[in-house]
Amino acid sequence: MAEKVLMKGNEAIAEAAIKAGCRHYFGYPITPQTEIAAYMAKRMPKIGGTFLQAESEVAAINMVYGVAGAGFRVMTSSSSPGVSLKQEGISYIAGADLPALIVNVQRGGPGLGGIQPSQSDYFQATKGGGHGDYHLIVLAPASVQEMADLTIKAFDLADQYRVPAMLLADGTMGQMMEPVELPDLPPAEIEKPWAVRGTKGERKHNIINSLYLDPELLEKTNFERFEKYKVIEEKEAMYESFMMEDAEYCVVAFGIAARVSKNAVVAARKKGIKVGLIRPITLWPFPKKVMAEAAEQCKAFLSVELSMGQMIEDIKLHTGCKKPVELCCRTGGMIPAPEQVLGSIEKLAKENQ
Amino acid sequence: MVVFEKPKALTDAPFHYCPGCTHGIIHRLVAEALDELGIEGKTVGVAPVGCAVMAYNYFTCDMVEAAHGRAPAVATGLKRCMPENVIFTYQGDGDLASIGMAETVHAATRNENITIIFVNNAIYGMTGGQMAPTSLPGQVTQTSPYGRDVTTAGYPVKVSEMLSTLDGPEYIERVAVNNVKNVRNAKKAILKAFKNQIEGKGFSLVEVVSSCPTNWGMTPSKALEWIDENMIPYYPLGVYKDRSAKEE
Repeated sequence: MAEKVLMKGNEAIAEAAIKAGCRHYFGYPITPQTEIAAYMAKRMPKIGGTFLQAESEVAAINMVYGVAGAGFRVMTSSSSPGVSLKQEGISYIAGADLPALIVNVQRGGPGLGGIQPSQSDYFQATKGGGHGDYHLIVLAPASVQEMADLTIKAFDLADQYRVPAMLLADGTMGQMMEPVELPDLPPAEIEKPWAVRGTKGERKHNIINSLYLDPELLEKTNFERFEKYKVIEEKEAMYESFMMEDAEYCVVAFGIAARVSKNAVVAARKKGIKVGLIRPITLWPFPKKVMAEAAEQCKAFLSVELSMGQMIEDIKLHTGCKKPVELCCRTGGMIPAPEQVLGSIEKLAKENQ
Repeated sequence: MVVFEKPKALTDAPFHYCPGCTHGIIHRLVAEALDELGIEGKTVGVAPVGCAVMAYNYFTCDMVEAAHGRAPAVATGLKRCMPENVIFTYQGDGDLASIGMAETVHAATRNENITIIFVNNAIYGMTGGQMAPTSLPGQVTQTSPYGRDVTTAGYPVKVSEMLSTLDGPEYIERVAVNNVKNVRNAKKAILKAFKNQIEGKGFSLVEVVSSCPTNWGMTPSKALEWIDENMIPYYPLGVYKDRSAKEE
C-alpha cells in the first residue's frame, strides 16, 4: 500500500490524474481551483507531460478536445463561471464521443457570483450543460481521498464508455486538507482504434467529428449514444448508504453537504429519530434504484444542498413523488451548520409522523 | 507519361464547393504539399466551421472537425501530445479572424509548431454572404446591405500584418490564388509553412486571398479580377515575417 500523505483536495485531484496516466493538462486561472493548475505546472514538465495555461477556458477545453481526439488521457479544471465557458467544447467532446476529464470546483453563482463553495452547478453538470442531447458521467467526491479515487475512476469510465466525465467538487473540497493514499497504478491500456495519430499509410483516415448534416444519421447517432447511456445508468450508479437499515426518514446529500448531513443524522438518531442518509457519489447516473427503494421504506425525504434546490428535482423524480421531499439549503457560498440540518430533520419527522 | 493527376492526399469525394470557388485550388495545394513532403501518413488536419467545414472528407490524412474558431486550440492540443506528427488547420476569415481571433493570436504568440492555412475571401460564405472581419470598406454583403460602413462596422482586420507584430510566430506570408503566377507562389508558401513545422521552426501561417463568386455576386472570372482590383490593394501580398530568413 502507498503511504498516507496530507494533501489539499485540489492537489489530490492533480496527483491522482497523473497516477491515472494523464500527461496533458490545459487550464485557465480561477479561484478556488488554481492549486490544480499550479500543481500541474510543477509536475508535468518533470514527467514529460504538458502543462499549458491557455488564453481562455474556451481555448483550454478545445485543447482538451484535440488531445482526447488523439486518444491520450487529458483533463482541464475550472470553477463555475469558467465551466460555463467550457460548455461549447464539452458539447463537441460529447458529440464526438471522446473521453476526457473536466473538473469543476464549484463556487457560488449566478454570474461572477462569489468564490465560496457551492453546489449550484448541479443542473449544468447533470442535465447536459451545453447544447444538444448528451450526458456527462458526473462524480461527486465528499473527501480528499475521494477527490483522488474518483479522479482515477472518472478517467477509467470515460475511456470505457467514450464519454466525457466531470468531477463535481466544491471550494471546500478543493481547499480542505486530509490524509490521502494514492495508489500506484499500472498504465491504463485501452485500445483506441478511432484516435487520430496519423494513418501511417496503413488505414483509411479517422475523423473526429460531431457534424451530421443528414438528420436521419444524426438521430441514429443520438439514439446509439443514449443506448450507451442506458448501460451506464444500469451499471455505474454509485452511492453511500448511512444508517438506512431501519430509517423512516431519509436525508439525501452529496459532497460537502453530505458531510454536514452525516453529523446531523447522528445527532438526530441520539434524539430518537430514525433517520438515514443516502449520498449519491455519481450524480449522473443518479442512483435511481436505491431512491425508489427508499421511497417505499421512508416516510419523507430531506434534500440538503448548497443551492436553491437542484438535486431535489431528481429525488422527487426517482421517488415517484410518493413521499414528501423537503429542502434544507444554504446558497451563495454559505454552508449549512449541522444544527440547521438537524432542525430540518426534526421538522420533517414532526410533520410526517 | 502522367502529365496531371489528383494528389494522393485528396480522397475521391467530390468537393461541395460552388463553381469557381478557389477552395478547390487551395485544397489541392495543401494535398500536393503533403504528397511532396511525404507526410500524409503522420499528418492530422483540423477543419473549421465555414465553407471548409467538410474538409475532413477531402484529405486522406486523419482529420478533426473543430468548433467555430477553435482550430488553433485543437491543433495546439494535437501538437502538444504528438510533437512528431504534422498538424495543420484550414480556416476561413470568419473562423480565424472573428470568433477565433484569441485562439489565433495566442497560438501565434506561443509559436506553436503548427501550420495554418487561412483563406480570406472577405465574406461568410457558408451562411450565405454576411459581412466578415475582412470585408472591405464599402463592400456590400447581406449584413452590410449599404456597404460596409467603417464608422459603425469598423475596419477590416489585416491578419498577416497584425500577427507579424508579435515576437512569437516564425513565418507569415500572404498569397493569392487568382492567376497562375499567384497560385505558384501560394504553393511555395504552403510548402514552406509545412517544412517549417517539420524542421521544428514554429508557427507558420499562410493567408490566401481567395474568391467567393456566389456571395460576391459575380462570375468566377470577374471574381478573380476583383481580387486584383480590390482585395490585393487592401491586402498586399508578400512575406510579413520570416524569422529564419532574417537570421540567415
